[in-house]
Formats: sequence, structure tokens, C-alpha cells
Amino acid sequence: MNASRSIIFSLVAVGILVCLPLIGVAAGMTSFFGVIVPYLAVALFFIGVVARVVRWARSPVPFRIPTTCGQQKSFNWIKPDKLDNPWDNKGVVLRMILEVLLFRSLFRNSRMEFYEGPKIRYASAKWLWLGAIVFHYSFLVVLLRHLRFFSEPVSSLVHLLEGVDGFLEVGAPRLYISGLALLAGVAFLFLRRVTIPQLKYISLPSDYFPLFLIFAIAATGVLMRYIYKVDIVSVKELTMGLATFHPVVPEGIGSLFYIHLFLVSVLFAYFPFSKLVHMAGVFLSPTRNLPNNSRMVRHINPWNYPVKVHTYEEYEDEFREKMIEAGLPVEKKE
Amino acid sequence: MYDSGKIIPGIILFVGLFTFPLWSNLGKAAPAPKPELPKTEKVCVMDAAFMKTEHMVLLNDWRDKVVREANRVWVGPDGKEYQMSLQNSCMQCHASKTKFCDQCHNYAGVKPYCWECHLEPKENM
Repeated sequence: MNASRSIIFSLVAVGILVCLPLIGVAAGMTSFFGVIVPYLAVALFFIGVVARVVRWARSPVPFRIPTTCGQQKSFNWIKPDKLDNPWDNKGVVLRMILEVLLFRSLFRNSRMEFYEGPKIRYASAKWLWLGAIVFHYSFLVVLLRHLRFFSEPVSSLVHLLEGVDGFLEVGAPRLYISGLALLAGVAFLFLRRVTIPQLKYISLPSDYFPLFLIFAIAATGVLMRYIYKVDIVSVKELTMGLATFHPVVPEGIGSLFYIHLFLVSVLFAYFPFSKLVHMAGVFLSPTRNLPNNSRMVRHINPWNYPVKVHTYEEYEDEFREKMIEAGLPVEKKE
Repeated sequence: MYDSGKIIPGIILFVGLFTFPLWSNLGKAAPAPKPELPKTEKVCVMDAAFMKTEHMVLLNDWRDKVVREANRVWVGPDGKEYQMSLQNSCMQCHASKTKFCDQCHNYAGVKPYCWECHLEPKENM
């Protein structure tokens, strides 16, 4: 699919997903969209992610294939690069922590450009890293803030997070920075895809769809908090019912809530089958999680079949007489 | 499966962390709050459905009008005049903070910053 068709396809898909609960709730299917769909989605999420990880773990990684960006450990008088060319588990763990928490390999992103001449020049490109950091961390904060709907009493850590997130104290309910940052992050990641021609060329519906879906989730959440408010006590009764396996569907929650819940359910269900599963995959990337110790440890390919060998000694035993007859040198005379 | 010594603990950690809302409540939901409604008055400044979802916007609006515009009089949709004041209007009917405000706020995990300026009514609970 070309770029514009991919975008339209994804937009229409998200549009349909918004309309489904809208129609369903108007037809009185509140327990379907409020209870059955979320349970199915969460079950699919866990089963799907675990199955994915197990499937990955079943493929052998016989050789060390870490990407190395620094001096390998060799002689004592050559300074090795512990982080960028780790040779032991300690280095790998440190490298993984920086990768997972700070997106270190995105920070290394570079861009090639032509300038007068034409000459080629490489420059560092940090915008993707910044956009990714803003997007992922604001999403994490938003997710953790939602714990207030799933525990009673609400943990003081959640209150602390809310206090920091809403420290601007703008309006009531207090404006949360993370909600706006999440929308801005998704918008940036989308605009990046459509404004850079090379990136637009390789973008597929599976790139646009999650962006639109997450944008719709964040947008419905923000709308629900600041503009078209829903009865939050009823919402918490529903979510607590879900969390404690005693589902209840209180009357009179606005349909915006059901749209939000349905889109979140779709995100959970879609997660294991899409690029989003990089959440688990980042831990299993062999270019990051292996120590570069090929010259210290012998790694044997597990699917090597036993090779039938015929050694020189056996060969000589077989042909010794003929070799001596022909005047060829032999190692053993008898 | 290769590296099961790392994969299995990883999966257990993932499932354990992500099911936190399911096991942290031990299957018991706290009962829904029942804010105590005033016995003397039947109607608030706006209808109950509006007050349920929008009271914070109204209060914020009142605060701005009183503090920034020195305007204390608010005319309701029915044309009745009210004094814009938390202590002298709202809390005349909803006298108890613990029995009214805190009921839903605690349940929903909301910490409004009203009481950073206003004095909390002293209540013996």
C-alpha cells in the first residue's frame, strides 16, 4: 500500500473502532463493551505476549551477534569499551539498562544529507530519540496514573506521581502534563513519518494504525477528563469490578468512556501481534543482549549434524602399501 | 526452549507486574461511596448530574470570579442569586467534609487543592 492509502486505511480502521462502542452502547450492550471485551483483550494480551516470547526463545542463537561500537577486549594495554563492546554479563546488563530506559541506540541515530557540491555529510539526528522518550515516558506516567482506578485505597506513589504531573495546578480538574505530552509525542511520531520522504515510502498501515489508535486513546482520555466529563465514581466501580472479578456495570456512564475502554481493549488485544510487542522484544534482541566473547568462549552450533571424518592416519592405513609401491612418502613405514 | 533460566523468570516477572491490579485487591472491591446528602435542602445550585461531573469546574470558576473580579454574586440557571463562597454557600448544606466531599474524593483517589487555602472544618470523627 502506498502512503496515502495506508493513512486512509488506518484512519478508517480507527474510525470504525470508535463507532462500534458508540453504536453498541446506544443499543444497550454496556456489559459487552464494559466487561466481556476488556477481559478478552487482557487475556489475549497475556497469552499472546507469553506465546511470542516462548516462540522467540525456541529459536537458537548459536553465535554471538552483538552490534559492537567500541574497542573489543584484547590485550591488557588496549583499553576496551565496556559498554559498547561488552564481554561479560555485567557489561551486557548495563548496556541493556541504558538501552531500555534511555533508548541509547536511538540517541546514536544519524542522518545523511547532501549539501552544495553535492557533498555527503552525516549529522546527528536526535529528534527521533527525543520524540520517543517523550512518547514512551508520558505513556508510562499515564498508565501508572490509571492505577487509581484499580486499587482502593490508592497508593501514595500514584498520588505522588499525580502531584508531580499536575504541579502546574492549572484549572480543576488539574491539568496533567503527561496527557498533553503523550498527544504531542504521538503527533510528532506521525508527522515525522509523513514529512520525511524516505520514511513515508517505507511506512505501512501497521505503522500508522497504532499511532492513530494511541492518539485516539489519549484524545478520548483528555476529552473525558477536561471537557465531556463522565461520572468518575461509577467508572471506578466498573474498573474495580473488573479488577476483582466481580464485574458490575453501573448505569449512566457516558459513551465516551466506553469508546476509551474499547480502544484500550483493542490496543491490548493488538499488542502481541504487532510491532508494539517490541516491549518484550527489546529484552530478546541478540544484537544487544549478548556479550561479545567469541574469542574467549567456543560457541558450538546446536544443530550441527555429526560429520563423518576420515583422518589422514586412517587414509594412510588404508593405502600404505600402494603409497610405498608408488614411492610416496608415508609417516609410518609399517 | 533456550535460555529458560532467563526466559521463565522474565515471563513470571512480566505477568506478576502487569497483573498488579488483579492481585493487589485480593478479589475484594471496596464498597462504592455514599456521600451524605443534606436533609434541609433538596436542590443544589445546579442539577445533580451536572454537579456530579462538573462541580470542580464550577468551583474553579467561582474562585476566579471572587478572587480576581471581586464578584460574589452568581445567578443560577433558574434566576436565583447565590453567594459564591465555599464556606458560606456550599458548606451551609454540605456541612461535613468527611461525610460529603471526602467520600467520593477518597474513593476516586482525588486530592483537590481547595484546602490548601480554605480552612478545613474541624470535625470529630
